[in-house]
Amino acid sequence: MSNAIESLGSFWGPLLVLGQIGLFTLVLLLSIAFLLLLDRKIWAGVMMRKGPNVVGPFGLLQSFADFGKFLLKEIVIPAGANKFVFIFAPILTCTLAFAAWAAIPVAPGTQQGTTWVISDLNVGVLYLFAISSLGVYGIIMGGWASNSKYPFLGALRSAAQMVSYEVSIGFIIITVILMVGSMNLADIVANQDGGIWNWHAFAFQNFPLIIVMFPMFVMFFISALAETNRPPFDLPEAESELVAGYQVEYGSTPYLLFMLGEYLNIVLMCAMMTILFLGGWHGPVALGEQFATDYALLTALSGLFWFMFKVFLCFCMFAMVKAIVPRYRYDQLMRLGWKIFLPTSLAAVVIVAGYVTYFGVQS
Amino acid sequence: MALIAFGLIAAVVILSAVFVIAARNPVHSVLWLILAFFSSAGLMVLIGAEFLAMLLIVVYVGAVAVLFLFVVMMLDVDFVELKQGSLGYWPFALLIGAILIAEMALVWAASGALTFDNFDPSPGAETNTEAIGAVMYTQYLLLFQLAGVILLVAMIGAIVLTLRHRPNVKRQDVGKQTGRRRSDAIEMKDPAPGQGI
Repeated sequence: MSNAIESLGSFWGPLLVLGQIGLFTLVLLLSIAFLLLLDRKIWAGVMMRKGPNVVGPFGLLQSFADFGKFLLKEIVIPAGANKFVFIFAPILTCTLAFAAWAAIPVAPGTQQGTTWVISDLNVGVLYLFAISSLGVYGIIMGGWASNSKYPFLGALRSAAQMVSYEVSIGFIIITVILMVGSMNLADIVANQDGGIWNWHAFAFQNFPLIIVMFPMFVMFFISALAETNRPPFDLPEAESELVAGYQVEYGSTPYLLFMLGEYLNIVLMCAMMTILFLGGWHGPVALGEQFATDYALLTALSGLFWFMFKVFLCFCMFAMVKAIVPRYRYDQLMRLGWKIFLPTSLAAVVIVAGYVTYFGVQS
Repeated sequence: MALIAFGLIAAVVILSAVFVIAARNPVHSVLWLILAFFSSAGLMVLIGAEFLAMLLIVVYVGAVAVLFLFVVMMLDVDFVELKQGSLGYWPFALLIGAILIAEMALVWAASGALTFDNFDPSPGAETNTEAIGAVMYTQYLLLFQLAGVILLVAMIGAIVLTLRHRPNVKRQDVGKQTGRRRSDAIEMKDPAPGQGI
């Protein structure tokens, strides 16, 4: 093995990164396939339907059947559409959704102070925020390039909505950054070790801050719903008003890419909630330093399990909300974003900053 | 490796900047501009200024360019007609470009210090986020606050310019809407047959 590494020389590093990227992509695609099914199953369950149950046992292969169907259909490009932008928009959406995962730390490394992550950025949180703020381009470009009024109106609504809720998401992230004192995602997770009461959503070690941090967690969840265009904020694709928003003219593989990007973004938001507020890879009970050094691999694997389990739970919350809550009206959506979330999160930033300055944070 | 990356990204920046001017469709121009912003963020990452790179993407690509795109898409201007006379501006454009290049060359020649070798993205601090914060909130605190006040004034000005108080406009009072009860909205009647209410 070591001989092989030496013979590769300076190409070993890039090859390793390529391998990590490939593995991440594979795992993400497979989990998306089953999470999509889970989403539909939960939705069906709340409505007392059976949901997809024909393809494979319990409908487990439904997503793969859908995948085949999307791939085999003909790609229709509307007359007068801007061909390049029309095709490029879904590719951009999907690529950005994958790119964001490069900075997500999934488990502690087997050596002290390392992490299982493709790129351990110093500005990891900002990177995620930047990439998710780029997601709006796929929507605007898709809506504009379709050369039709309905997709364009849908795209405008969607873009306005995403830009509005990004503001409050930014402020909520700042409260977490203030508590940790670092923008490195691994540091943010490391700050929450030692049991469920240390997670930022509860923040018992800085006791009075739970009054701020728990509402911030809830607001982040709601903003994430709006940011990913999920019900009850799925106005861009409100079936009864706008047909399917910016996706009206899309079918076949380009639609599949939009869909994939959307679900990847949802899972990404779940991962962000896990990392920022729910302790990342830390289990609800601390196992202690000794255990981590004695059984490094076991710690890493249990970290991976907890991370995936928390992401899974968050996704279930997303799915339940879709089934339970009726859709917002557009003006209500804007009011919630600008008149309620923005002032509240701004006040939270001031409170947390004041607390950190005058009392200091215990971690 | 870094040199190859620099060459590639720099080429993308320059080419996309050229296409911003050369593109016939104004929406394409804005899209090229976004690519130029994005690639220059890549250049910043290469010299180790990752915080500035991310801010460039969040602020310029994520917010400013979105507004550009909105405006350009909504405007119904015949750009082909607008571009007909644009050749006449070439001498003027060349002059401005020459002045900019001359100024940059002057600064570079005078200081001779603008090389990557003595560029330190995080002077005296662990990360460049901390370095920028330390400088901005101590040394340049007053200027920073002033910039904030100027932005606030600009924002208030824009709101004042567009705010109109017209009479007879129907507005939705959310408190009223959510406070509505069944007894306020529905009245049960039991009309006799053939009489109506």
